[in-house]
Amino acid sequence: MEYVSAGSSSGPQAATMQILCCSCGTLIDPNPLNTCAACLRTQVDITENIPKQGTLLFCRNCERYLNPPNDWITASLESRELLSLCLKRIKGLKEVKLVDAGFIWTEPHSKRVKVKLTVHAEVHGGIVLEQVFVVEFVVNNQMCDDCHRHEAKDFWKCMVQVRQKASNKKTLYYMEQMILKHKAHDNTLGIKNAPCGLDFFFTGENHARKMVDFLHTILPLKFTQSKKLISHDIHSNEYNYKFTWVIEIVPISKGSLVCLSKKLQQSSGNISPICLVQNVATTVHLIDPITAQMADISGQTYFRYPFLPICDPKQLVQYTVMDIEIIKERKTFPGQGPVSYKHVIADIWLVKSSELGINDSTIHTKTHLGHLLRPGDEVLGFDLRDSVINNDDFEKLNPDNVPDVIVIKKHFPDKDKRRRMRKWKLKRLPKEADGDTDMENDYNEFLDDLEEDPDMRMRVNIYKDNKKQQIPVDENDMDDPSAPQITLEEMLDDLVINDVEMADA
Amino acid sequence: MALRTEFENSSDIGVFAKLTNTYCLTAIGGSEAFYSVFEAEFAGQGDSPVIPVVHTSIAGCRIIGRLTVGNRHGLLVPHNTTDLELQHIRNALPDQIQIQRVEERLSALGNVISCNDYVALVHPDIDKETENIIKDVLKVEVYRQTIAGNSLVGAYSVFNNSGGVVHPKTSAQELDELSSLLQIPLVAGTVNRGSELLAAGMAVNDWTAFCGLTTTSTELSVIESIFKLNANLPAKITSDLRASLIESMS
Repeated sequence: MEYVSAGSSSGPQAATMQILCCSCGTLIDPNPLNTCAACLRTQVDITENIPKQGTLLFCRNCERYLNPPNDWITASLESRELLSLCLKRIKGLKEVKLVDAGFIWTEPHSKRVKVKLTVHAEVHGGIVLEQVFVVEFVVNNQMCDDCHRHEAKDFWKCMVQVRQKASNKKTLYYMEQMILKHKAHDNTLGIKNAPCGLDFFFTGENHARKMVDFLHTILPLKFTQSKKLISHDIHSNEYNYKFTWVIEIVPISKGSLVCLSKKLQQSSGNISPICLVQNVATTVHLIDPITAQMADISGQTYFRYPFLPICDPKQLVQYTVMDIEIIKERKTFPGQGPVSYKHVIADIWLVKSSELGINDSTIHTKTHLGHLLRPGDEVLGFDLRDSVINNDDFEKLNPDNVPDVIVIKKHFPDKDKRRRMRKWKLKRLPKEADGDTDMENDYNEFLDDLEEDPDMRMRVNIYKDNKKQQIPVDENDMDDPSAPQITLEEMLDDLVINDVEMADA
Repeated sequence: MALRTEFENSSDIGVFAKLTNTYCLTAIGGSEAFYSVFEAEFAGQGDSPVIPVVHTSIAGCRIIGRLTVGNRHGLLVPHNTTDLELQHIRNALPDQIQIQRVEERLSALGNVISCNDYVALVHPDIDKETENIIKDVLKVEVYRQTIAGNSLVGAYSVFNNSGGVVHPKTSAQELDELSSLLQIPLVAGTVNRGSELLAAGMAVNDWTAFCGLTTTSTELSVIESIFKLNANLPAKITSDLRASLIESMS
């Protein structure tokens, strides 16, 4: 403790007598209390009201300090930030004038922070005293809210559950590719496989809502929102909810056969009841394989008049084309919806490939793939005559008007080889691995579809598979020229920065 | 020898008592404790001479030490002293002591005048007439002075015929000047644990000093040595203290 010479005007005429300190008798210059500094220190303590110890709360996980009431700040030892935090924690500094503050070095593991302070204060009759003292802070551990939530695996606030209740999962794969292309999954905390779809987790409501909006623009779907009360504070009227959006995608995928209700038929340009799902994008694209008439069903319409697939790609049967005859004149009628001129309608005579040579009677049907097929080609189709179909709308149809076979697509042999030789790949969402072979098959079929459908390819990012860019060595390795292929121009170079979570398919 | 005492829980005993070599005035307190301290000292049991100790008030007030001034030869009281009080003092004090009422604007005579039996320091602004009365009644030489910039010389200095204590902020030069005026050694000092109101904190004559109860032993030893009250103390302490005193005066 020292005096601060407030008025140094007495300096030049300095000849004032020194007097004896009133309590210890040492010679001092006169001052208002006529007491020496040492004696004064025993009588007055200007830091009396300042606590000499304190605590700092520190989160070990994220290495941040608590800045009360509930702010966590990053501050290294002996940093400016830590000093300001410490000074904020010292009470009673308002009554004195803080002149200097600094750290005293302490061993980093000691969990002690020492702050050296210099203060000025005025005591009895205007003597300004200066005192240097040390405040010791004990660093206590306390997990911050963020880490606590993280440790409790309780870090998500919003979940978006995407579900497609169908055996044909191609729409989900398509959705995955769209999300990747538009980077809509950037703000997710995690993605989880669920039995009929995916779960996306988010920290905030905004991100989840954005995800829902995005999905709404790319697929026909409906959603419901629900919230679960986690905790609430009746005093501050604060409620802590977990939000869940449940998104139901239309249970229809490319390659399925559907049977429309009468009402839907009428509103879709009197299309015939049995239609093939050509594509599911923002709307469901249907095509009548007999007349090549098309219809678009929006999500809204779908959920008003819902229908389910009557045949899925798993039920496809392989046929061999015996003869084909293109129909030049198309029948039209008033009020007919749009008709595809890309497709060519043809009369076709088929034999099941498994019964080829055994059964000579051919099956006659019509197809919209007249431009692709030649006699001898193999096609895949649904056998409506022999399959058991449980569908109310289908049962209402006159069996005479139902074709025996619906041809879906041309069949290309050597599927396995094609899959092996595939020179491209897709990215996948970083989710927990699933070794389900059924899923694997579904996915491979999705890849086949991509190969066969250039329109769909346009909407998906395809990457070169560097592992498979080998040069064909002999004749057998050469690809079948008729088989569908993706040209090199359509592929993108994958940027690999050892991205672990963005694992390859 | 110096004694510590207090008047009704106040250490400012110089306010409530007036002590000279021939008489002592004390204020009328609630108890006789204060009076009995003086009475015990001056009643003749000890080796000190017997002098009268008188209860009195001045103008109905107890602050007699600050209102009056006196020495061996006389006593000056302010103009507002009642006739009854004056009569009482006259009756109580020995006949050879002259008592005089002073028509002075600065009526706290104890605060404006400080004296021993030979010389007096007075406030620079007091009347010529009062100065003459002081000369005549107290039989002293009168000097108009200030002490460390304060004109209340009676409050900031105390002296007897052997020495004196003045305000702690007094400069060495001023101290020399005063010392040569008064022809006694002077020291800058304090009383009542650092108080610079010296006259309020003590009452002194040539052989005894009374100080406030909060006076520290350091202050007490300064007082005893400068007023030459410690004739029969061991020489060692005297010499030690003298060393520090000489140092402080040099």
